Amino acid sequence: MSEVIVITSGKGGVGKTTTTANVGTGLAQLNKKVIMIDTDIGLRNLDVVMGLENRIVYNLVDVIEGKCRIKQALIKDKKYQDLCLLPSAQTRDKDSVTPEQMVALIEELRQDFDYILLDCPAGIEQGFKNAIAGADRALVVTTPEVSAIRDADRIIGLLESNEMKKIDLVVNRVRMDMVKRGDMMKVADVCDILAVNLIGAVPDDEQIVISTNQGEPLVGSSCPAGQAYANISRRIAGEEVPFLDLEEKQGVFSKLKGLFSKN
Amino acid sequence: MGLMDLFKKKNSGDVAKDRLKLLLVSDRANCSPEMMEMIKNDIIEVISKYMDIDTDSLNIQITETESDSNNGTVPALYANIPIKDMKHRQQR
Repeated sequence: MSEVIVITSGKGGVGKTTTTANVGTGLAQLNKKVIMIDTDIGLRNLDVVMGLENRIVYNLVDVIEGKCRIKQALIKDKKYQDLCLLPSAQTRDKDSVTPEQMVALIEELRQDFDYILLDCPAGIEQGFKNAIAGADRALVVTTPEVSAIRDADRIIGLLESNEMKKIDLVVNRVRMDMVKRGDMMKVADVCDILAVNLIGAVPDDEQIVISTNQGEPLVGSSCPAGQAYANISRRIAGEEVPFLDLEEKQGVFSKLKGLFSKN
Repeated sequence: MGLMDLFKKKNSGDVAKDRLKLLLVSDRANCSPEMMEMIKNDIIEVISKYMDIDTDSLNIQITETESDSNNGTVPALYANIPIKDMKHRQQR
C-alpha cells in the first residue's frame, strides 16, 4: 500500500522543502521506496536541497504534457537507490498543471512506490490545490511564530474542508533556550492552539544550513535536527517513537554548576 | 517604563499565545469586516427601539469565553453598548 503525503505550511520559509528532503531520505533509510515531487512550479528548490540540480533533464510539466515518460524524468538519489525526485519546472507557471492531472500522475506512481511525498508551494492558490489534490495525508510545517502559526491554522482549515484524512504537525526551528526564557512558545502550546496531532518537533540547528549548502539531507546524523527528522520518518512509517527531549545536551561542567546552583 | 513594569511584564511567548488565541477565533469564524459592520448596524437598530445608545462608541468583536458544559473555550460575540438614556424603556 502506498501512501501519498503532502508537506505544506501556508507561510513560506518555514522549512517545507527541508522537511520533504529529510523525511524522504529518512524513509529511504528505512528501506522504503520513496518519490519526492516538487510541486512548486516556477520556484523549484527541492533539487538543490537534495544536491541533484545538475541531473535534471525533464520535469513535472514535461511529464504532465506527455513530452516524456515518467521514468525519464525521475532522478535517482546519489546515496539511496530507492529514493527518486521528480523536479518541478522552473520556467513555467502554476497554471500549467491542474489538480486532475496531478491525481492521474499520482495514481500511476502508486504502483511503484511506498511513499509519494509532495513538496507544496507557499500560499493557498493553484499550486496548493494541485499539491493536496491527490494526497492521503498532510504534514503541516510551522515554526513557533505568530505569523507561521496563523497561516498553518488557515491551511489546516482548508485541508479539513478538502476532507484530508490525516493531518499531522511538524513544529520546526524550536529554540529551547528561548522557550526556557519564556520568549518562544512551547511546542505543546502550538499544538494546543492548532488542535492537531504532533508528529515531531525539530530544534533550530545550524547543521541544517550546512547540510543545505552541501546538498545532502542530514536525517539520521547525530545532530539534534538529524535525530528529530529520523524520528519523524519512523513515525510516518508507523513506528511508535518517543519524543526527543529538546533540552540542550549539557556538559559535565554545566551539570555540576547546575547541581550547585540548585542549593 | 518604570521599574515595576519590568517585573510585571509578561513573557513574549505568553503574549504570542494570547494574541494568537484571539486572532484564530476571529479567523476561524470567517467574519469579514463588512459582515461585522452589518451585525453592528443591526444591533444598533434593535437596541435603539428600547433605549438611547451611544452608537459611536459601540464596539463588537469575536472573542472566546469559558464554556459552561465542557471544560474549554467557545467562540463568543462580545458587544459593548454604552447606554445614553433609558427613557425609551420607561415609555413602554
